[in-house]
Amino acid sequence: MSAHGATLAPGVASLGICFEGVAKRFGPLTALREISLEIGAGEFVALLGPNGAGKTTLLRIAALLMNPSSGNLRFTVATGAAQQDLPLEQAKPLLGMVAHNSLLYDELTASENLTFFAQLYGLEDVRARVLAALETCGLGARAQGIVRAFSRGMRQRLTIARALLHGPRLLLLDEPAAGLDHQGLAWLAVTLARLRDGGCTILMSTHARNESLELATRAVSLAGGRIAHDTGLRGDVRPLLAALQGAEA
Amino acid sequence: MTTARAAAILLAKELRLEFRARELLNATVIFSLTVIVLFSYAFDPTAEESRHYGPGLLWIAFLFAASLMLHPSFAREQSNGALDALRMAPVSSFALLLGKMLANFIFLAVTEAILLPVFAVLYHVSLLGVLGPLILVFVLGTAGLTIVGTVFSAISAHARMRELLLPLLLFPILAPLLVAAVEATASLLADPPALDWAWTAFLVGFDVIFLTAAWLLCDFLIEE
Amino acid sequence: MKRRIAIRALLAALIVSAGYAALFIAPDERTMHAVQRIFYFHLAAWMTSFTAFFIAFIACIAYLGTRRLKWDCLAVAAAEVGVICCTIGLVTGPLWARPVWGIWWTWDARLTTTFILWLLYISYLLLRGLLEDPERRATLSAVFGVFAFLDVPLVYMSNRLWRTQHPQPVILGGNGSGVDPLMGKVLLVCVIAMFGAMIPVLVDRYRLERLRHELDELRLAVESRAAAAESLSPKGGL
Repeated sequence: MSAHGATLAPGVASLGICFEGVAKRFGPLTALREISLEIGAGEFVALLGPNGAGKTTLLRIAALLMNPSSGNLRFTVATGAAQQDLPLEQAKPLLGMVAHNSLLYDELTASENLTFFAQLYGLEDVRARVLAALETCGLGARAQGIVRAFSRGMRQRLTIARALLHGPRLLLLDEPAAGLDHQGLAWLAVTLARLRDGGCTILMSTHARNESLELATRAVSLAGGRIAHDTGLRGDVRPLLAALQGAEA
Repeated sequence: MTTARAAAILLAKELRLEFRARELLNATVIFSLTVIVLFSYAFDPTAEESRHYGPGLLWIAFLFAASLMLHPSFAREQSNGALDALRMAPVSSFALLLGKMLANFIFLAVTEAILLPVFAVLYHVSLLGVLGPLILVFVLGTAGLTIVGTVFSAISAHARMRELLLPLLLFPILAPLLVAAVEATASLLADPPALDWAWTAFLVGFDVIFLTAAWLLCDFLIEE
Repeated sequence: MKRRIAIRALLAALIVSAGYAALFIAPDERTMHAVQRIFYFHLAAWMTSFTAFFIAFIACIAYLGTRRLKWDCLAVAAAEVGVICCTIGLVTGPLWARPVWGIWWTWDARLTTTFILWLLYISYLLLRGLLEDPERRATLSAVFGVFAFLDVPLVYMSNRLWRTQHPQPVILGGNGSGVDPLMGKVLLVCVIAMFGAMIPVLVDRYRLERLRHELDELRLAVESRAAAAESLSPKGGL
């Protein structure tokens, strides 16, 4: 499968994200308790932890889909040696998210789904981009297929393709390996490797092993809404990864 | 990206979705048709009676149809979480709302366009002479319906019992719109027909007030 | 505590004296006689309910502007009190109209507006009951509250416009016209008494709502301390 580079917004090299005392409550339920975490540009962070630890909530806050109940969220941009804050509004088009839901329209074709989102993001040369994206994720032959008829694996691949369409500089993934077969997992690993090498910052949550984790430069584990362990920038991620249960089905 | 352009893209998506599945439109048309036909069958009104009660019946039929149709339009976004993707895109909340409003308006307008001739035939009223002003009244009234209806479907999308809740929320607020639309339609069907400027201006006022309110408060509707 | 009891005792005395005044002191009305006395409470109820709904409207806007939950507490308290006063008004109206004019109800501007207002705020309370997350409930119901109150002048105007085109015999029109000065004084006392009844209820309901929120906050604090303690113990960790 080919590699199709994404165009960068001029001057934006890579995006970092900073959680400062971020907490999130849903009525009586507390999902996150005072999380302070600084992720530098270009890092590949594996977000680990059991179900209910707050991984999804953290990712949704990072994606600007949710406001924290307290605390602050900051985006930083590094151009050359300098690092400065980026206002949320400007960071928004640079974010990409792959979530539990497919975020697709079942009644539209794969091509129509991607075209719609490409237009919404104001991308240029929509037709070519969509075709290239479909080729890259291996759905070129099914471009005119209605998403409703797709298998779980195909849907997941299209979801990931949609998230990458606008060339995000910070990619948030919530259990992206779910539903992918061996070929799909290999493709995911290749895609993430390419993104990482291109300077994209990646924050990926998972609760089981998969190939893409090998690419991680840092591991942060959550438990009960708090950071239980953080290997930091120079830490060794392997012990934490080894502790994960089994292989991804 | 301007709001207008974003709304146009969203509208195109809505239309494509609906004409692929065609469930909403079918249900809306058939429901309105049933109401209108049933009433004609049960009461068999003369032409004079039709002029008297017809407008009220027409608008109530469309009101019910709208309240049935509005909920599914937001529910569609929720089924696969597509609303999240829309919120992450660099488009304003108002563009999202406007896109939905325009789509709902078109669906209702199509329903009305199909049903008005049926009404004219069953109730022995002639609409041809007043078609222009009639279309104006229906456009203004339907706009009010969709503006308030779309806002409330966004509100009730998060609540339990939302199918029942939406009409409950909608009908009291739309009462003045209903009165205005019915009166304006009635004066057009009267003998001699005349366009009532007072009621028409009222409809414009209603639309402007609630569209402005929707524009000011749209962020609160779209947020998580 | 003592002060609260004193205030409430004073207000109770006021209400009792207002009732006495309405029933015994006010002169007998020329045509309607005793039944007319309901009017004192009917009008007072309408004024208090409208004031309460207006307070709710302001509270909704304040919440949307500041996002502080105390405004949401005020909004729901004012809405509930408003609905109660409105119900009193809607019940006393027909009670008065039926013996006097032989009809229970008519769609004149004031009555229609009152009825729609009642429906709108019942819907508001219903909506709140069906939304679970406190923040989302506060936000969405505030938006609805703003729309609801904006509708009120429209309802009134639409009714007046309808009335100019379909003139009805004016039956509930001349309430204030040519009022006997003693009647006017009794009316004033009744209105003050009604407000005196409404305001403590509003304040209490507001306090109740805020206490509920405080309770939730405390519960959270206890839980998070317990969770923190647990994660520090040897068994804690991943």
